[in-house]
Amino acid sequence: MSEVRVLVGTRKGAFILTSDGKRERWDVSGPHFGGWEIYHLKGSPVDPNRIYASQSSSWFGQTMQRSNDGGKTWETVGNKFTYDGVPGTHQWYDGTPHPWEFKRVWHLEPSLTDPDTVFAGVEDAAMFKTTDGGHTWTELSGLRGHGTGPKWAPGAGGMCLHTILIDPTNHKRIYVAISSAGAFRSDDGGTTWKPITKGLYSKYLPDPTAEVGHCVHRIAMHPSRPEVLFMQKHWDVMRSDNAGDSWEKVSGNLATDFGFVIDVHAHEPETIYIVPIKSDSEHYPMDGKLQVFRSRKGGNEWEPLTKGLPQRDCYVNVLRDAMAVDSLDKCGVYFGTTGGQVYASADAGDSWAPIVSHLPAVVSVEVQTLK
Amino acid sequence: MVRVELPQHLRTLAHVGAEISLDVPGLVTQRSVIDAIEARYPMLCGTIRDYATDRRRPFLRFYACEEDLSHELPDVPLPEAVASGKEPYLIVGALAGG
Repeated sequence: MSEVRVLVGTRKGAFILTSDGKRERWDVSGPHFGGWEIYHLKGSPVDPNRIYASQSSSWFGQTMQRSNDGGKTWETVGNKFTYDGVPGTHQWYDGTPHPWEFKRVWHLEPSLTDPDTVFAGVEDAAMFKTTDGGHTWTELSGLRGHGTGPKWAPGAGGMCLHTILIDPTNHKRIYVAISSAGAFRSDDGGTTWKPITKGLYSKYLPDPTAEVGHCVHRIAMHPSRPEVLFMQKHWDVMRSDNAGDSWEKVSGNLATDFGFVIDVHAHEPETIYIVPIKSDSEHYPMDGKLQVFRSRKGGNEWEPLTKGLPQRDCYVNVLRDAMAVDSLDKCGVYFGTTGGQVYASADAGDSWAPIVSHLPAVVSVEVQTLK
Repeated sequence: MVRVELPQHLRTLAHVGAEISLDVPGLVTQRSVIDAIEARYPMLCGTIRDYATDRRRPFLRFYACEEDLSHELPDVPLPEAVASGKEPYLIVGALAGG
């Protein structure tokens, strides 16, 4: 019998939700690290019981946790994230140069082949890597150093590297997204990088088609077609069919295409999910109706999914790392809200139900499908 | 032995109670006390002082003998009452709330 484990990071701790393959009854474990911000936790695809967690606090900074038993027990691992060489400067809100300063780990992406290797996306934006299970971290400084780094600037939520995707057919190809610098690709395992922003248009930039400065909120791919990428930008849902070399807008019939999350159905590479948000100045759903939108055509044609979701007086947000899918048949889709709900659909989005309703604000949701 | 009181979250992280006792070799200063804390409880490295700047985290305060030592230089000797263990060295999280 299959089992599903949902890893939930919140503003006040981590929670682990487990169910059998029916996904009807859930056990809730937590809070783990109560009172701490858990921006992200994610398990190794090679060893699902190896889970890494980013634990941070305005008081005590960044710490890192690792579990070897599926989240039952945890051990503190290395938390020294030191930029390579002289950190240099990026652009501050007022346009002046500002020194790079480490603040927190936003996203953890375990290697597809080695449970001791993990990539970490951090604020101020940079990428780090461990090959010893999290004890030591080394910056992949070619990203910050490739040339455009001094032009990067923070968005309202900080200058964070929040998305890391590894091509399952070519592990040297890695994609990252940074708010608000844009999207970048490495073809050599993270040594060298280039912006992949051709086709993006951001009217809040002096040059709307600039190479960097786009506030990319999330990128997703299906493992069977890693050259096809889907992006939720600040505004605009985008698609690339050539590994990010160029993008086209696929917002189509959406009433609003602002949002944070985007994800792909586990078995249908052209089926994608987003949660549209009213606007960048009103971070809640339109008309108080929480709706997931699904496209079965890789964009442009979208249908609202509402069954089981609140359709009045709902003013939560769904943050960029807070949606995930399982690999069961039918595909399960999960997302968490700033109101502390984690919603699950066991039928690819046709209907939804809350697993939990009163957690602290949800920052991230990851799903493990266990055999 | 130098006595140190830690804030709640650091106690949990280090798996200790409210107060720890440390053997601090040489001159007892804020730096040598925190060095001793980090040596004995490596999971607290970086949580009291920032890795990059080596400075006190902004939302923490250091008190002893009813004095705020947060702005003292790290190599200034701590009061004799702290060095002798008569009084604890307090690491305090800044208040938060509305």
